[in-house]
Amino acid sequence: MTSALDITQAVNPPRAVFVNFPLGHQTGKPHQPDLQRQIVRDALHAFETIARPGTIVELPYVWDPDDRQWEATDYTGDFLPPRPPKEDADQAEAARRSRFATPNAK
Amino acid sequence: MTVEYIPRTRELYSGYAPYRWVVNADPPPWTPLRKPLAQSKLAVISSGGILYRDQPRFHREDASYRLIPKHATQADLSVWHFGYRTADAESDHNCVFPLARLRELEAAGVIGELADPAYSFMGGVYSARKVREELAPRIADELTKAHVDAFYLVPA
Repeated sequence: MTSALDITQAVNPPRAVFVNFPLGHQTGKPHQPDLQRQIVRDALHAFETIARPGTIVELPYVWDPDDRQWEATDYTGDFLPPRPPKEDADQAEAARRSRFATPNAK
Repeated sequence: MTVEYIPRTRELYSGYAPYRWVVNADPPPWTPLRKPLAQSKLAVISSGGILYRDQPRFHREDASYRLIPKHATQADLSVWHFGYRTADAESDHNCVFPLARLRELEAAGVIGELADPAYSFMGGVYSARKVREELAPRIADELTKAHVDAFYLVPA
């Protein structure tokens, strides 16, 4: 599964399925299970249809028919979140882990 | 238009030594699917930095991986990754780790069996060598021992 076509072309895996969505949404938009299921189903279908090593199947899904502006800005400028100070990051991590660290946790 | 991420990465990380992209010019290795998907055991691997409950977070240059139980729910999962905007994946992990969708496709008979556990690592590992020589062989070992027929890799 990929949404970065040029990187996948360079890596040249045996089989790939491309969806032209912004990074971080390789299997669909959040809270849209039907779209997600269709993308995953299409990707799995490629296991049975790709016959030539190195094939990249391009799926027809469009992120937003009324707005292709994301393509001009994705992964540019301030795309990456700022790196929090180490103490803040450690604190957030401790809080996250303690949420689950109950005696009855699985 | 298709976004060209290689030049964009070069710009975004212009303060760092240029990243040496993996470029494989040779034809890729090929393993035919041995049986129909509906009879196959399929594993899912995400490089989206998915964590199960109190599993420790990832670090930069971290070539470790986490085992995610296949019945994990949204509430069990969190995301740690520095290289993409994770808000949507945190709100619905199925954007990059479609575990719930794969369970549905297993129940519908599209895949024979969804392997338990699923696998996750944090794709922002600068060293391709570390991935090739450490991370990938370890996960490949796990998949071999689990007798999976195919794996579905979702990078992020």
